[in-house]
Amino acid sequence: MIHSLFLINASGDIFLEKHWKSVVSRSVCDYFFEAQERASEAENVPPVIPTPHHYLLSVYRHKIFFVAVIQIIISFAQDYFGVCSELMIKDNVVVVYEVLEEMLDNGFPLATESNILKELIKPPTILRTVVNTITGSTNVGDQLPTGQLSVVPWRRTGVKYTNNEAYFDVIEEIDAIIDKSGSTITAEIQGVIDACVKLTGMPDLTLSFMNPRLLDDVSFHPCVRFKRWESERILSFIPPDGNFRLLSYHVSAQNLVAIPVYVKHNISFRDSSSLGRFEITVGPKQTMGKTVEGVMVTSQMPKGVLNMTLTPSQGTHIFDPVTKLLSWDVGKINPQKLPSLKGSVSLQAGASKPDENPTINLQFKIQQLAISGLKVNRLDMYGEKYKPFKGIKYMTKAGKFQVRT
Amino acid sequence: DIYLKQMLESSKDSAKLDAMKRIVGMIAKGKNASELFPAVVKNVASKNIEIKKLVYVYLMRYAEEQQDLALLSISTFQRALKDPNQLIRASALRVLSSIRVPIIVPIMMLAIKEASSDLSPYVRKNAAHAIQKLYSLDPEQKEMLIEVIEKLLKDKSTLVAGSVVMAFEEVCPDRIDLIHKNYRKLCNLLVDVEEWGQVVIIHMLTRYARTQFVSPWKDDEVVEEYSENNFYESDEEQKEKDQKVKNTYTMDPDHRLLLRNTKPLLQSRNAAVVMAVAQLYWHLAPKSEAGIVSKSLVRLLHSNREVQYIVLQNIATMSIQRKGMFEPYLKSFYVRSTDPTMIKTLKLEILTNLANEANISTLLREFQTYVRSQDKQFAAATIQAIGRCATNITEVTDTCLNGLVCLLSNRDEIVVAESVVVIKKLLQTQPAHHGEIIKHMAKLLDNITVPVARASILWLIGEYCERVPKIAPDVLRKTAKTFTNEDDLVKLQILNLGAKLYLTNSKQTKLLTQYVLNLGKYDQSYDIRDRTRFIRQLIVPNEKSGALSKYAKKIFLAQKPAPLLESPFKDRDHFQLGTLSHTLNSRATGYLELSDWPKVAPDPSVRNVDVAELAKEWTGILGKTKKEKPTEKFYSESEEDEDESSSTSASGRCLESNLHLPCLKNSIFRTGHYLKRIRKKFKKSQSYVAAPVSVPTKTHELLHRMSGKGLAAHYHFSRQPGIFGDRMVSVQLTVTNTTDQKIENIHIKEKKLPPGMRMHEFNPIECLEPAGSITVSMGIDFCDSAQMASFQLCTKDDYFNVNIQPPVGELLLPVTMSEKDFKKEQGMLTGMNETSATIAVAPQNSTRLVIIEKVVKAANLGVVPSGQDNIHRFAAKTVHSGSLMLVTVELKESSTAQLIINTEKTVIGSVLLRELKPVLSQG
Repeated sequence: MIHSLFLINASGDIFLEKHWKSVVSRSVCDYFFEAQERASEAENVPPVIPTPHHYLLSVYRHKIFFVAVIQIIISFAQDYFGVCSELMIKDNVVVVYEVLEEMLDNGFPLATESNILKELIKPPTILRTVVNTITGSTNVGDQLPTGQLSVVPWRRTGVKYTNNEAYFDVIEEIDAIIDKSGSTITAEIQGVIDACVKLTGMPDLTLSFMNPRLLDDVSFHPCVRFKRWESERILSFIPPDGNFRLLSYHVSAQNLVAIPVYVKHNISFRDSSSLGRFEITVGPKQTMGKTVEGVMVTSQMPKGVLNMTLTPSQGTHIFDPVTKLLSWDVGKINPQKLPSLKGSVSLQAGASKPDENPTINLQFKIQQLAISGLKVNRLDMYGEKYKPFKGIKYMTKAGKFQVRT
Repeated sequence: DIYLKQMLESSKDSAKLDAMKRIVGMIAKGKNASELFPAVVKNVASKNIEIKKLVYVYLMRYAEEQQDLALLSISTFQRALKDPNQLIRASALRVLSSIRVPIIVPIMMLAIKEASSDLSPYVRKNAAHAIQKLYSLDPEQKEMLIEVIEKLLKDKSTLVAGSVVMAFEEVCPDRIDLIHKNYRKLCNLLVDVEEWGQVVIIHMLTRYARTQFVSPWKDDEVVEEYSENNFYESDEEQKEKDQKVKNTYTMDPDHRLLLRNTKPLLQSRNAAVVMAVAQLYWHLAPKSEAGIVSKSLVRLLHSNREVQYIVLQNIATMSIQRKGMFEPYLKSFYVRSTDPTMIKTLKLEILTNLANEANISTLLREFQTYVRSQDKQFAAATIQAIGRCATNITEVTDTCLNGLVCLLSNRDEIVVAESVVVIKKLLQTQPAHHGEIIKHMAKLLDNITVPVARASILWLIGEYCERVPKIAPDVLRKTAKTFTNEDDLVKLQILNLGAKLYLTNSKQTKLLTQYVLNLGKYDQSYDIRDRTRFIRQLIVPNEKSGALSKYAKKIFLAQKPAPLLESPFKDRDHFQLGTLSHTLNSRATGYLELSDWPKVAPDPSVRNVDVAELAKEWTGILGKTKKEKPTEKFYSESEEDEDESSSTSASGRCLESNLHLPCLKNSIFRTGHYLKRIRKKFKKSQSYVAAPVSVPTKTHELLHRMSGKGLAAHYHFSRQPGIFGDRMVSVQLTVTNTTDQKIENIHIKEKKLPPGMRMHEFNPIECLEPAGSITVSMGIDFCDSAQMASFQLCTKDDYFNVNIQPPVGELLLPVTMSEKDFKKEQGMLTGMNETSATIAVAPQNSTRLVIIEKVVKAANLGVVPSGQDNIHRFAAKTVHSGSLMLVTVELKESSTAQLIINTEKTVIGSVLLRELKPVLSQG
């Protein structure tokens, strides 16, 4: 059970506090600050810190620490306001407060489905702000969200749209570790189907796949009828209104995963001289003919590196001599002319050569391709009479994609 | 402040609202706003709901500090508790119970009691929350609160279940007896409870199950115990008996129910739910079944750092005891350079736990990358891990040792130091032939500065000084020089080294040792001075020294047991997995112990629910079976009951309907029930079942020969009434053998039917010759629903999952009746029981013969003679319940037609309507 919540920004100020039971002095956060000091980096602060009277749980997102809270609150904030920043929270302090109030009672989660919260307390928009100032109406809904009481708690009743549309995005992220020689050490796919459904009434949708066998490790939005999936491998559901994550799935390391890009690298530091060579080339591998775009290469250089003099064949690159982070924004890969980054590395004079070559982290995007091969077969709607507009998009992205050198 | 006060007292709502917003802003920033209490509390009765809400927020924050003033607001809440709007009732209760003012305890108690029998489940849910709040305010109320909990536990709303179990866990977690009667209900409701409630219920049921069921683990320890028993007792009979007991373990059906109903939740999107189910399987499932949770846990590793941290900790604990569970996922635990250090070390821990002869070489290669990591803390942890692998898997000890020795020349001091420490431990386990390594390490002493490493080297040299007789005295000489600048840890080891050399090689080292001892005598540290005094007394013989010094050599150079390198997670499993205590590895306040399995299961009948209660509980589903019961009185009573509750509109009852059963059946029942009286009237005029007008030739595939390994099966609906009892739809199954071998013993097994559905199997086919084919009949009671009947088609050595889904047209039996009767029945089935649609009719379909032919082919309907040319009527009754199904096709101008279906089974009716539409509109 959550007793209190403190939001702490990067400079260590508590800028919001909320108590669900008796007030706990904000001095408990001192234990947290102590732990923060001990940890070298923000992400190394232990998530659980025991203190004599309380246990502090911390969650770190968007450069803000949420001490003593569950993560769902952050995702709500993103959903509500689009971004989750300190400024945003400060601006909307009252709304945040009201939402927190609704989410937990006595520290026990009460309503965390964002659809329902949105109905209880309407999210601020510019239009609403204007309307409110003129008419003096409020952000607080005075009706109990109908969903709370119906058999479909995730959907409100009486939804109406003039354009009925249902969009589904199949987004896959590849997590991979590639070794020095270019062979895959481990690769897995983490996929989600995000939906944006704006349909009138109580539509009952079914979504079927060409190759449902791929999906053997899945988690569903509560709206999905599990039994139907078990027996027929068909997703049958009454969708929540608006944006939601219908399904996430995992194609494990045991399966063969196609790797869409390769990195050729030649990074060497010599013992004798204070100069090192650096050269990397990125190229497409198994992309099924699609373009690889949004390519971004980052690499954490060893401490001994002073500076880097590099020339890219395309894109822009930055080396930060303080954090020793090299990042190269490549853009699109043209298979005829592979992008490369070449040059020299200058090392601290007198320092010994670093014993590890840096790992290369890769970001990329491929539109219109689900790398696992998953394909939606058809989407049908029952229960309502109109014809909805349907759309499906595929995308493959790099997740934690690392190349060891 | 004065300004704010003025705003609050102004007559305009907008000014008040603005003021309240500012005040809440102050509270959020932690500023004191308590002075405004009198001004704020006046607004508690404000009509503006937003102002009201903000006042509530304020009250919850400051009521405790301003108790007298807070009392002013109480009457407002008491009034609101009676409000017709459930939302207002609930929020009043919520705020009232959040005001921590002891004087109002009786008022709160009363409010909770009333709310616990509120019609709205949302209010009842809030009552459950209020219980915990009142309990923490005044624990004296415990007994009364338990009564309310007992009442709310019986609640059948999924909304209430999670909250009341939470209250139970807070107030009276030891009152397991309250759970008995509700156990099965909780298991069944679980899927539909909201996520956070699921977590609480699963944890509670885990504890419950550990007190009520016997252990499903047939582990090795038990077997050992048995064999020991024979040893002492040498009683053959006893042994046999014991073994019988062991062999005939059958799981309590309730235990199985819990496992079965929680399994789908592994698919939840909520990490907490998945974790809760995982711990349930770990603590309750037979060891062979616990493996199913691994996949889901590995999936969670993709989420945020905090979730990863907790999940990895739990996997670490699990992987020690049951390596097999996570071995297939080894690669998912490979470390990325971008992981935070704590995640890296946990992954490393798991990798080490999973190491075995088969995967060790891959792992060691992976570890080599980690050792070179820029994160030195992690590199050090990797070296420790290599050490553990080396001791656990003897095949690789030498390889590991060599690898570690190579690391001694690493540039990084932390890496070297850690290697030294690990090598020291390894050498201790097998010192025989490692003189070379020790010499190598002695050389390192000149460069290495990390105290632990220096101390380890010195200890090694001292311990094995006889193997390096030339080097050891020299090391002592060197360290004697630097003694005063060393760390305490190193000083102690120098003293140790001196003492050991003095005992084995006193000729060369006597003076040196005494020099060192003199240095130690005047050292700043107590420890060093004490140790020096002790060693001197022990090794240097003088008249005062006692009998001990004779044994000095034995004391110093005794064979020392090698240190055990084991996981820090070894003993964590005595805490329930997934709990805070497990994460911290220490008992957190409020931790509820998981009991050991009882030797003998307590009486399982305590969980039985009275028939009357059960009947009430499941009216929705068992409705149809009840009609068969002759106990008229009982039935009608419960029916009235049902009437009442469904008239309370959206409350409780409709929430119960299991979401995953298509709502079909419930709605059938409900409408059917309202029309009970009407039906009774026309029962007399009920018509007779006729022979089918047409038998469709269309066959459906049941099992394709490719997926059936050569066995193919097709089925079609023969429309023969009542072969297997009058509620069954008869299905003809044609089985074909496409292989070149005989297929033997084809039969049906493992029927997975929705509740109420029954199946009459065909007699097993003993043998089917190659290329042979045989047709058999079976009967299925679909309960008037279009749900699938799933079952397994088995042969002697294989089985295939198949299912039959009936077109609704096949759930009917044709009846003959006169046009007059038809119109009469139709007149009674209007309103909600009528569905209709206007359809386009293809020109070639507009003649009477074609229409009849098409319709009766699509659905098993009987033709009713009609006086008008443009109206065609068909009648049938549903196979299971015998409800009438009247179909009218009325041709209109310009090739359209009105299709009307009258039936009390509205759902089937509307499906039938949909199926008939294309039949007439297509050519």
